[in-house]
This record gives sequence, structure tokens and C-alpha cells, in this order.
Amino acid sequence: MFRLIQNALKHAAQETQEYVKLTVAAIRAIFSPPLYRHDIVEQFDAIGVGSLTVVLLTGFFTGAALALQSGLTLDQFGARPVVGRLVSASMVKELGPVLTGLMLTGRIGSGIAAELGSMVVTDQINALRALGTDPVRKLVVPRVLAGFFMAPVLTVVADFVGVFGGWLVARFQLQVASSLYWSSTTQALYIQDVWMGLIKPFVLGFVIVTIACYVGLRTRGGTQGVGRATTIAVVAGSVAVIAVDFFVTQVLVSLLY
Amino acid sequence: MLETSTPSPSATEVLDAPGAPVIVFDRVQLAFDEKVVLQDISFTLIKGHTKIILGASGSGKSTILKIVTGLLRADGGVVWVNGARVDKLSERDLMAVRGDLGMIFQEGALFDSLTVRENVGYKLYEESDMPIDDVDRRVEEVLGFIGLAEHIDKMPSELSGGQRRRVAIARAMAFKPKIMLYDEATTGLDPITATTVDDEIIKLRDLENVSSIVVTHQLRDAFYVAQHMAVRGADGRVEVVPASPDKEREAEFIMLKDGLICFEGDADALRTSTDPYLRTFLS
Ligand SMILES: Nc1ncnc2c1ncn2[C@@H]1O[C@H](COP(=O)(O)OP(=O)(O)O)[C@@H](O)[C@H]1O
Ligand SMILES: [Mg+2]
Repeated sequence: MFRLIQNALKHAAQETQEYVKLTVAAIRAIFSPPLYRHDIVEQFDAIGVGSLTVVLLTGFFTGAALALQSGLTLDQFGARPVVGRLVSASMVKELGPVLTGLMLTGRIGSGIAAELGSMVVTDQINALRALGTDPVRKLVVPRVLAGFFMAPVLTVVADFVGVFGGWLVARFQLQVASSLYWSSTTQALYIQDVWMGLIKPFVLGFVIVTIACYVGLRTRGGTQGVGRATTIAVVAGSVAVIAVDFFVTQVLVSLLY
Repeated sequence: MLETSTPSPSATEVLDAPGAPVIVFDRVQLAFDEKVVLQDISFTLIKGHTKIILGASGSGKSTILKIVTGLLRADGGVVWVNGARVDKLSERDLMAVRGDLGMIFQEGALFDSLTVRENVGYKLYEESDMPIDDVDRRVEEVLGFIGLAEHIDKMPSELSGGQRRRVAIARAMAFKPKIMLYDEATTGLDPITATTVDDEIIKLRDLENVSSIVVTHQLRDAFYVAQHMAVRGADGRVEVVPASPDKEREAEFIMLKDGLICFEGDADALRTSTDPYLRTFLS
């Protein structure tokens, strides 16, 4: 029993070490030539533009549901007009970053792990190396850059459509005046909240993509292995999003407020 | 101790001379976890010659090629490729050695997100300063040589197995490496297509003076490559004809078994061998 736990811990430590190694290699590669510009542009498009639809949909419905729920609660205090405050504060500080992070994990985390995983099992990664290309520079760096910079952009988009979804519900179902809704959304937002909502997605985007790349590149065992890698990337990525969100919030709260 | 990644001038001279050893394996060992794949492997590939590696599947043939290119690192022993100690070089220094190595992977390993043109020209487009026009011309030339000129803008998934294998050869030869490594380039192909692939191997070796390691478990192809040679006729046409006895001796067979070399010699020696394992393999 003790042996088993010991082995599991050792294994986890090894995996973490390998993950950190890849992350460090990727960061170093960003700041030294060669940089594959074409691939970077392609990934910004695939990760950023490609994820827009799911982010729009989740953002919209989350904001709408939030307005409905808080409308009910606020009625108990006769405070229905401040529904905008609750929607915007929750979206910007917490739900926007986390939900966008989760959607990105599902969409691009799985995609990256599957793509890199199948490149591993079909020897395409080895072929790259044999042809003189460093797979970290060619494959990991463009994805990490795209994830790092596009996650915040997508989060801002999600925040906006969320608040918009909240407005639709507030205006037409809760019968709150539009001017009241919009003024209350901005009233409750402090600059710290905005910082909080903007810094988080940078970290989340980075974590999602590096985990997916790591899991994809260590794929073993044929097509089955690719399936396994995809699952691991999504599960580990989702847990990491929630956990990292907590720790980043903790740090930012003590730094900003 | 002085350690350099590039061979000294005198070594370069030696390597340029005919009969120079371009690949040397000296007591190479490799194990994956507990499983010993290569126990004690030594051989030398002479410039312009052919080494044909035979062996059952799982005997470590692909592993040997991956050690040559530095994709895998041996646990023990010494590996020289073109005068560089591949077993000791860092990934960065290996890139220089790989510039002279063309590897054809077992399943082709074409980049399936790139077109045939981009695949074949990959190294020249991405990793060289060659002007785009020159690269385009080189890619077209290579695809013409291999007889796939009309497929240049297709994706690999649109090609047949034999065509994919030939694109893989085109990709490996596009940057004019001096050593070619073929990992089961004909496995799974019908005899006619296999022969066209074998002809490419022979042409590269005899017309471009490329040294080759040919991994296969198909004896038909092994003997075909060993016993034919390419000649350019007076009218400039290339023909593949039965090899002269001297030429035939430049192709050497190696048979792997249990991580060891159980046979080494030319085609005649292989055919007349009385070793029981070889006999079952040959029949
Ligand atoms: N990356 C790896 N990890 C673990 N075992 C491997 C790996 N690559 C190859 N092997 C094992 O090494 C042995 C030799 O493989 P390989 O060189 O591909 O054989 P061959 O090409 O002769 O069919 C096989 O038993 C295979 O399972
Ligand atoms: Mg093999």
C-alpha cells in the first residue's frame, strides 16, 4: 500500500517535472529565433476566431440565466433594479474567465492533444526533427502564444454578450428599465474587478494550451493512445482551469484589493 | 578534453575519399525500460554502399535508423555519422548532422496538413535560405524524378499507399542528403509498385552516389536492390540493369535476431548460408 502511494507520488512528480521542462523550453523558444510566423498566424485564427461561436453562445446564456436567477433572489429584498450589478460583477470577475476557460479546454485543449498525439504516433514529430525542425518551436510556441493572447480577448467577448443576455432578460422578462440596467452594470464595477477579469484569462489560456501540448506530445500506444490523450487533456485542463482560477483569485485579491 | 561537434579538416578529407566509413555503429545497446531491443550491434556503412537490414518485426530495425538520426539515444556504444558522434551531440548540434540524412519513415510520416508540394519542399521552405522560386523548381524536379509531378497540389490523404511512399522518398531526397535511410519503404506494396520504389533507391545510390541503409523484411526487395544497378545510357536515359559482381558486393546484408547481428555478408553468402534461423527466414 505504502509502495503504491510512493510510486504514484513519484510518477506525479516526474510528470510535473516534464511538464515544467516543456513549458520552460516553449517560453525560451518564444524569445529566440527561429519563429514560425505563418504557424502563429494560423493558430491565432484557429484558436481565436474558431472559438468565437461557442464563447458567444455560452456567454450569452450564462448572462441570461444569471439575470433570471438573481432577479428571483433580489425580488425578496425588493431590489430588482440592481440586477445589472450582479450580472456584470459575476460575469467579469468570475464566470467570464472560468467559463471561457472551460469552453476553450473542451474545444482547443482536446483538438491540440488529438492533433499532436496523432503526429506522435504516426512519426510526424520524428519526421519534423529529422528534417531539422524543433517541434517545440514549430508546434508548441504558436499554440501557446495564441492561447495566451486569445483567451483574454474571448473572455472580454463573453463578458459583453453575457451582460447583453442579462439585459434582454431584465428588460423583457423582469421589466427593468434599460437605462437602469446599464447604469447599474457599470456602477458596481471597480477597476480592480476589471483587472481581475483581464489577468485571469492570460494565465488560464497559457495553462490550458501548455497542458494540452504536453499531453499530446507524450502520447504513446497508437490510435488508442490518441483517444486517451484527448480525454486526459480535457479532464486535466478543466480541473486546472478551476484550480488555477482559485489560486490566481487568491493572489489577485491580496494584491489588488 | 576537446569536444567538437564538427569533424576536423583532416577527418573531412578522410570522409570525402572513396571507401570512407559514413556510418559506424560500435557495440550499440538500447533497452526500453526492461526490454532489451539492441544488445550489441556493430557495423560500418561505406560511402556509396548499401546496408540491407533484415529481421523479423520487433527486432529493432526501425530503432537502429532512429539511433542513426539521433531521434533515439543509445544506452551504450558509439555511433559515428559523417564524422560526428551522434550518441553524444545535443539536439541542437544534431540538426547539422541531420542535414545530410534523408529518412523515409516506416509509414511515410507525411505531414497530413500540408500538400505534396509543401511536404516535399518542407526542409527547403522552412529551414533553408533558398529563394522560393528555386525551392519550387527543386520540388518539381524531385517529383518528376519520382514520377509524381501531376500530384503536386494534392493532400497526402488523396494519394495511394505507393504514391505516399514515393512522396516520402521525394521529401527525404529534396535537400540532397548524402545518406538515405529507408524504413520498410516497400512493405505492403504490390510487387510492381514495390519495384518502382526499389528502382528509386537504386537510382539515387548509383547516380547520386548516395550511401543507403535499406530496412526491410521482404527478401524479394532486398535481393532486387542488392543485385541491380542504375546506368545512364549514351542517350541520357537511365536504366536499371543487373549489377556487375563488383557492384553486387557493395551491398551487404545484416540479419538481426534477439538484439544481435546473426548474419553479415553479401547476397551470395546469404543465399548459401546454412544457419537454420536464416533458412526459415529465407524460405
Ligand atoms: N518508444 C518505444 N517505447 C517502448 N518500446 C519501443 C519503442 N519503440 C520501439 N519499441 C520496442 O522495440 C522493439 C523494436 O522495435 P522496432 O525497432 O520498431 O522494430 P522493427 O522496426 O524491427 O519492427 C519492439 O519490441 C517495440 O515494441
Ligand atoms: Mg520497423
